Amino acid sequence: MPGQLISAKLDVVLGNDITTPVAVREFEKAGFDRLFDPDRITIVLDHFVPNKDIKAAEQSRLCREFARAHGIRHFYDVGQMGIEHALLPEKGIVTAGDCIIGADSHTCTYGALGAFSTGVGSTDMAAGMATGTAWFKVPSAIQVRLKGKLPDNCSGKDVILTLIGRIGVDGALYKSIEFSGEGICGLSMDDRFCICNMAVEAGAKNGIFPVDERTMAYMEGRTERPPVIYAPDEDAEYDEIIELDLSAVVPVAACPHLPENIRPVSELHHIRVDQVVIGSCTNGRLEDMEAAYKVLRGRRVAEGVRCIIIPATMDIVKKCVQRGWYTAFLDAGAVVSTPTCGPCLGGYMGVLAAKERCLSTTNRNFVGRMGHVESEVYLASPLTAAATALTGYITEYREDFE
Amino acid sequence: MNAKGKVFKYPDNVDTDVIIPARYLNTQDAKELSLHCMEDIDPSFIRKAAPGDIIAAGWNFGCGSSREHAPLVLKTCGVGCVIARSFARIFYRNAINIGLPILECEEAAEEIREGDEVSVDFDTGVITDLTTQKTYAAQPFPEFIQKIIQSGGLLKSLKEPDTSRDGESQRGEA
Repeated sequence: MPGQLISAKLDVVLGNDITTPVAVREFEKAGFDRLFDPDRITIVLDHFVPNKDIKAAEQSRLCREFARAHGIRHFYDVGQMGIEHALLPEKGIVTAGDCIIGADSHTCTYGALGAFSTGVGSTDMAAGMATGTAWFKVPSAIQVRLKGKLPDNCSGKDVILTLIGRIGVDGALYKSIEFSGEGICGLSMDDRFCICNMAVEAGAKNGIFPVDERTMAYMEGRTERPPVIYAPDEDAEYDEIIELDLSAVVPVAACPHLPENIRPVSELHHIRVDQVVIGSCTNGRLEDMEAAYKVLRGRRVAEGVRCIIIPATMDIVKKCVQRGWYTAFLDAGAVVSTPTCGPCLGGYMGVLAAKERCLSTTNRNFVGRMGHVESEVYLASPLTAAATALTGYITEYREDFE
Repeated sequence: MNAKGKVFKYPDNVDTDVIIPARYLNTQDAKELSLHCMEDIDPSFIRKAAPGDIIAAGWNFGCGSSREHAPLVLKTCGVGCVIARSFARIFYRNAINIGLPILECEEAAEEIREGDEVSVDFDTGVITDLTTQKTYAAQPFPEFIQKIIQSGGLLKSLKEPDTSRDGESQRGEA
């Protein structure tokens, strides 16, 4: 029942190199000395690794020592790590039907697999590690009915930005966003991960997709635990029902300084950029790299533009190498980084100076998010980002793009 | 429990990146972090704020990143209470879990002005603007959440004898 306060059993508790140290401190301070189940805890070093400075290195060391001391098998360090929300589904650590908390707001990504998954803070992570439970207020829900098929120059990013533009950054505050409708079958898993990833940018507690054949095919041979499939009740009640016609979606960008400031890319062609970032937990997956390759191959990044490409996991890096995409990126004048969250949150690997402007496939464009408070961030899809890198101005990708 | 202090007023959608920018998150030391509290929205905050002072803000306070460092720096700076029209859900949870007092009250958040002297009574949820002599009633917390607050945070509450978590539908978000 919406509004009910419950204590829920957790299948996975996640933390990263920023949030885990705080959780460890709280865990130890409260006198806990044992994890409820070491195999249910996942720690991924991804925000500031390979470490950006001495302090970050100390944080990583703390995580490493905690993981070792408690026998945490799912601990991912440089060499095996990836951006957490790309890594966990890829490794099969999360599966359909799971109840997951992560001390990272984009933990809502796993809703794409039909899991209940939500971001929390470090104290909740500590409590989850100790008890295997978390308290929740059962959310009410918004249903988003998708119909039609996305145009070729649009992806999941354009869908979620369009939705956030419509309902606002607190349009789903405290609520669950349930995606439904025949339009879902045309969305790839990478599209769905991207869409659920940014549910939090509408204020939502979680985003969730139904499990279909595509989800099952993705999870096949991957997940450690058998998937459990839940579907909405026939008579489920929703606070709101939103119809979204995918065939009417156009490439969009979120303008500074909120993800709800959505404009069609076609109206932003006059805006010059200094930097383009293609990566993150939102858009660092294989299809995102493929989109970048499709646009960048055989072309050159515009003079004066720094194009930074960050495949989200080592497996994706490897595939980029094997398929020749990595070389094509370098030939185009882009740089390719090891997986990291770095630039998305203004950490490192692409921090902006005052007055600089970046078009990024990341998820937030708040004041100062990627660097100086007077810098600007526009959020868009990998296709739009790659096209923008080539022209130096925010640019819509078309099939006849030259 | 009470709070009393002067008000710092902020707009809608104050995100955790401006409360504590990620460039400082290479440490978990609360004192060190708190030197940068509100730096990207109000660089003078850290100079002007005194223990007990109160923040009044618009909708969706604390949106964005789940970093618990955000409520932590506000608490470390001595902020007595954050009053907002609404809170982003992770911030709301984090504030309760670490013991930063917050209250949801649309009217107070809108009407209270920068620099007003305000007192808050957490037992009753009554907010008094001492400058204008106007009082407001904030949404009380559900009983379950009150217990966490009274225990001094989530982890301390877990160490106490079990309480029923299956309360009836009550207002208060998480």
